[in-house]
Amino acid sequence: MSHRLWALLRRDVALLLLGGRRGGTMLPLLFFLAVAMLFPFAVGPDPKLLARTGGGVIWVAALLAAILPLDRLVEPDLDAGMFDQWALRGMSEEWTIAVRVVAHWLSFGPLLMLATLPASALLGIDAAAFRTVELGLLVGTPGLAALGVTVAALTAGLRGGAALSGLLVIPLAVPLLVFGAGSLATGGDSGIALTAAVSLVLLALAPFAGGAAVRAGRG
Amino acid sequence: MQSCRLAAEGLACRRGDRILFRGLSLSLEAGEALRVSGPNGIGKSSLIRILAGLMAPFSGSVEREGEAGLVDERPALDTHLPLGQALAFWERFDGHGADAVDRLGLGALREVPVRFLSTGQKKRAALARLIAQGAPVWLLDEPLNGLDSDAVALVETIVAEHCAAGGLALVASHQPINLPEHHTLALRKYVHAGEFADEEWGE
Repeated sequence: MSHRLWALLRRDVALLLLGGRRGGTMLPLLFFLAVAMLFPFAVGPDPKLLARTGGGVIWVAALLAAILPLDRLVEPDLDAGMFDQWALRGMSEEWTIAVRVVAHWLSFGPLLMLATLPASALLGIDAAAFRTVELGLLVGTPGLAALGVTVAALTAGLRGGAALSGLLVIPLAVPLLVFGAGSLATGGDSGIALTAAVSLVLLALAPFAGGAAVRAGRG
Repeated sequence: MQSCRLAAEGLACRRGDRILFRGLSLSLEAGEALRVSGPNGIGKSSLIRILAGLMAPFSGSVEREGEAGLVDERPALDTHLPLGQALAFWERFDGHGADAVDRLGLGALREVPVRFLSTGQKKRAALARLIAQGAPVWLLDEPLNGLDSDAVALVETIVAEHCAAGGLALVASHQPINLPEHHTLALRKYVHAGEFADEEWGE
């Protein structure tokens, strides 16, 4: 079993990171940086205002960037019959979705945290707030990945699934955003702890919800 | 090869609000082959998916012993990868692999991305994946679609060898296929009057 999970993880990471013709991670990442860069143009260059709102901007940009790859997370493999072949080999949809969540996080989480460094510089965020943002992203992005894969599995095969999944993710991501960005205002670790708690709930639910969605979609 | 058996009892299949077939029973032991015949849309693919456990029957039960290998209209290979690498994923996943690439005439195409392969070449690639899987129960849904006459003969030989080695094969095909000592199950017999007007299926 473990060699199967490993083979699957390697394949999924290569697929999501490099993407083949599906686009890879670079586009969401550039999108994230573009949003962070655009913000000072919109609100003006006042350093105090930027420093105060910058952390929240990074969180919103991260959420938007996480929405971009949703339509290629599950649907292409469903169309290609990959999920059927995994099921035939005795690998449950719960496992394949769990691996997909890990792969999705690996393909965007660490890179997003890296891109937060130049984004923070652009927004004039100080060292303490930067630390809080990075910690928040570290515990929050796994939740975003779990949410993304679950919604991608739910909307796979639906007409207009891409737009619908974006619409579904945003309200469901509100707790992550509230606690993640909220930890900046309080400056405390309690916000990060709550972000982590939301992430854990999403991570625990994702394989079962996503797996059930894939099975139901099979018809 | 591990022991295998495939049996179904009183199967009925519903798609939407139509019953496609009902009262279908079959039993296959190791070494046997069965061809399921019938016109398009009669439920051959649905039967295969029910037997594979990918779809729940409307009623009836399926008993299967031994892992099932499935070939349908989707090759289940990563289309952006070269054929060799796409097949190598399944080899890593299965933990073993008999290399059937050369035998299926795909040797020169290892470096070619799957999306550039023709219909027939993709079908051959799917068969290479099936052979490498080493599953005793073969469920083949229209395996001859898009294949040239040489490849058709090759598929017949490969299925015969699989059955001789103790596997079993169920082949759904609307075109004739020459299988060793096989039975034919005409799916049409299980379509009941009322569900389909007979003239709708006039051959």
